[in-house]
Amino acid sequence: MRIDAKTGVRVGVLAVAVLALAAVYLFTNVPGSLAYALRIRGLALGAMAVVAVAVGASTVIFHTITGNRVLTPSIMGFDSFYMLVSTVVVFVSGGVAFLRADATVMWGIQVAVMVAFATLLFTWLFGGKRRSLHLMLLVGIVLGTFFRALTEWLQRMLDPLDFQILSDTAFASMTRPDPTLLALSAAVVVLACAATVALLRTLDVLALGRETAVGLGVNHRRVVLILFVLISVMVAASTALVGPILFFGLIVANLAYSLAGTFRHRWTVPTAALLGLGSLLAGQIILERVFGFGSSLSVIIEFAGGLFFLYLVLRKGAR
Amino acid sequence: MIALDHLTKRYGRFVALDDVSLELGDSGVTALLGPNGAGKSTLFGIVGRLLGPDAGTVTVDGLDVARAQSAELARTLAVLRQDAHVTARLTVMDLVEFGRFPHSRGRLTEEDRQHIERALGYLELGDLRDRFLDELSGGQRQRAFIAMVLAQDTKYVLLDEPLNNLDLRHMADMMKLIRRLADDLGKAVIVVLHDVNFAARYADRIVALRDGRVVADAGVAEFMTPHVLQSVYGAHVDVREVDGTPVALYYS
Repeated sequence: MRIDAKTGVRVGVLAVAVLALAAVYLFTNVPGSLAYALRIRGLALGAMAVVAVAVGASTVIFHTITGNRVLTPSIMGFDSFYMLVSTVVVFVSGGVAFLRADATVMWGIQVAVMVAFATLLFTWLFGGKRRSLHLMLLVGIVLGTFFRALTEWLQRMLDPLDFQILSDTAFASMTRPDPTLLALSAAVVVLACAATVALLRTLDVLALGRETAVGLGVNHRRVVLILFVLISVMVAASTALVGPILFFGLIVANLAYSLAGTFRHRWTVPTAALLGLGSLLAGQIILERVFGFGSSLSVIIEFAGGLFFLYLVLRKGAR
Repeated sequence: MIALDHLTKRYGRFVALDDVSLELGDSGVTALLGPNGAGKSTLFGIVGRLLGPDAGTVTVDGLDVARAQSAELARTLAVLRQDAHVTARLTVMDLVEFGRFPHSRGRLTEEDRQHIERALGYLELGDLRDRFLDELSGGQRQRAFIAMVLAQDTKYVLLDEPLNNLDLRHMADMMKLIRRLADDLGKAVIVVLHDVNFAARYADRIVALRDGRVVADAGVAEFMTPHVLQSVYGAHVDVREVDGTPVALYYS
């Protein structure tokens, strides 16, 4: 009880801070028409919210299932797979057709293919009898390298113009989302979150480890399979909307554990999502208004996230 | 009654359980003995539905372990694995509350709270309830896990090597506690032990496994004879009586 109250206060303060940041982002420093700025910035805010919720929630769930806090679901090669799918589409249809193609169709292809791929891989490597985290990691790294090599090989045979078009998709961009895609992604992520809410208490039990969870009557295999599908859906929706993000979830989830100070998922999952949105907003505001250059927030976040990842690995190694 | 019917489990070519048929949990304390690799943990793993058997079935009060609802089984049978440990940072109270999960799916009722308080009181953990598990000694942590199992309020309790990592005094305390679970609370306790003398002192019935087969299954007096012990351990073991308890002298 005591701990819950303390956590509640902290998460409340965090929520207010994020709201304040959102207000600052939306309403200050408006160069021209407020309505126009709100429309553009509202879309960007929406994209950031979708990404923050999807990445934050999926990373926390992934940590609980695997019993490891140094990984993110993207270790399975989401980024390289996303690039491979884009490259194959450009390669087959050409860059101009890629740009002109119905964005919704492209989004649908990306999500469907990524969900299918990830679910298959997760369940094969982790839901079966072997359940080896190390095997999953190795396969993820090997597949990632394989996809990257395949992508590069295809890219080498591309027209320079097509290549240029393709390169733009390689880094996550949140500032100019397509409204239809944003709505679709938001709907998918909201649905996945609704399903997750029903499993929050079961997730707490999963944190005790498989053996204890099974002893307490959790149908481990089924629950983990459902959670892997939900993770895949969330990551795929976010990636198809803004592009690949690797390390962001890692910072957000680990900060959320410290800040929430409890293992209970009804606190850690929302905290991770709030922290994600807060840091995206803060980063975007600083980038836009202090440094005056527009759209490469993801590069900075990935840089910070990469450093944080190294810090986690080195600290674990030092113990 | 926990009924094992022609249970077989192989790991590759190694046969961990070889056509074992056995009824456990009639009453009191049953000790499961046997050398390393005899199949004790495999047996627990199958009864606790962590492993699937290659052949045979396990039923708990008529519920087939492989098919029944996991939550329903968890209200009948509690399993504590050896070296149970948790990566998440929990307090004693958090852990014991989890014992009620099979009953209330995490939403504690007044009845749940009574069970939790009773379990904490029974294991004298009241003062430690807000301590984190990683701040406790090995014996205290072991007691916290037993309290979780107790809060689960099951008829059958399976404990896999609960004496591991305990010093002598705590070993004796743990065995007395197990005795009380059976005598005071009417639970059927099945416990994997390494030391035959602890089994002889505190158990009602001893089942010995060797190479995946049941080689002896008897009451204490009948089990503690040089002849039976020879068949279990493959070495001659003298038995003396000390204050009414048979003691195996396996040191020579």
